[in-house]
Amino acid sequence: MSVVVPGGVLTFVIVGQQDHPIYEVDLTGPKEQQTQYLHQFVLHASLDAVDEAMWSSKELHLKTVDRFNNLFVTAYVTPGNARFLLLHDGKSDDAIRGFFTEVQELYLRIMLNPFHTASTRITSKPFDQKVKMLAKRMLG
Amino acid sequence: MSRAVPSKHALNIIDRPIARNKLDIPTVSLSAFAYLFSELISYAMDRAASITELEDRLDRVGYDVGCRMLELLSYREKATRRKPEILDMLKHIHSAAWPYMFGKTADDLQQANAADDEYMISDNDLLLGRFISIPKSYSSFVPGSLVAGIVRGMLDSAGFPARVSAHFVEQPSSSKPTTTILIKFDASVMQRQAALDAAKRG
Repeated sequence: MSVVVPGGVLTFVIVGQQDHPIYEVDLTGPKEQQTQYLHQFVLHASLDAVDEAMWSSKELHLKTVDRFNNLFVTAYVTPGNARFLLLHDGKSDDAIRGFFTEVQELYLRIMLNPFHTASTRITSKPFDQKVKMLAKRMLG
Repeated sequence: MSRAVPSKHALNIIDRPIARNKLDIPTVSLSAFAYLFSELISYAMDRAASITELEDRLDRVGYDVGCRMLELLSYREKATRRKPEILDMLKHIHSAAWPYMFGKTADDLQQANAADDEYMISDNDLLLGRFISIPKSYSSFVPGSLVAGIVRGMLDSAGFPARVSAHFVEQPSSSKPTTTILIKFDASVMQRQAALDAAKRG
């Protein structure tokens, strides 16, 4: 069942310690290849900005760290230095912060798995479903 | 017909509850842990060719524990801030991680005189080593290497790669030696710290 969200651009990526994505999901349903590549590229490029902001601030939620045309990248860093990046076009900051906090709880549970290291990809279906559900609920 | 609630272990890891309240945190009896630890040491001893290798194996076990413990502790404390500074991180290990593991804060946190990238955390009576007796042939073995691994895991996942080792320091006042965890940060960490300090001052 795919829900078409009117006018929303949302891609969510969790970047692990070695700077590679361990989880990515496209929250607005399937898109064409070009836009997908563009989103991945923008998110990757924003990692530098996240790194800078990460070390100079003590906050978990870093708000919007980068812009590309009309796309914003908002970042959140967990205490274990895993970065959550959300590519969007103008969602409310509070809603995003709530979303990130909830995902951090799910991420913590995944991390507690002894077979899961900081660099393994997250392939758990329940995790996927929960993230999509949270996104629908909190990000509209 | 009533539907029984699935037991905690039948739930997917996503759905399992994690205690946030200080009172709900499950604890393990010291004897159970001591038994597990002694089996861990004999397992590692069978596969290690030397004392350093034995300590390395314990260190690796501790590393995995440390990575997870950092996230879990921060979650339990409902921490709304991270700790990008070296001193903050060390203080957190000293006063939050230690009571969580051993029930009391670590006894000492010092900076080495000779180098400013070396720090030491000491514990006068490491809970881990209380039931470990070390024979003469293994006299340089320190059971605290497991704790050194835990500290290394926490520092590494927080972004402070470091070389951590555990040492025994004989104390003149008591018969038991103090376990000291020696932490030597990588050059990249010191550079970053210096850049941050400069940015704050200037």
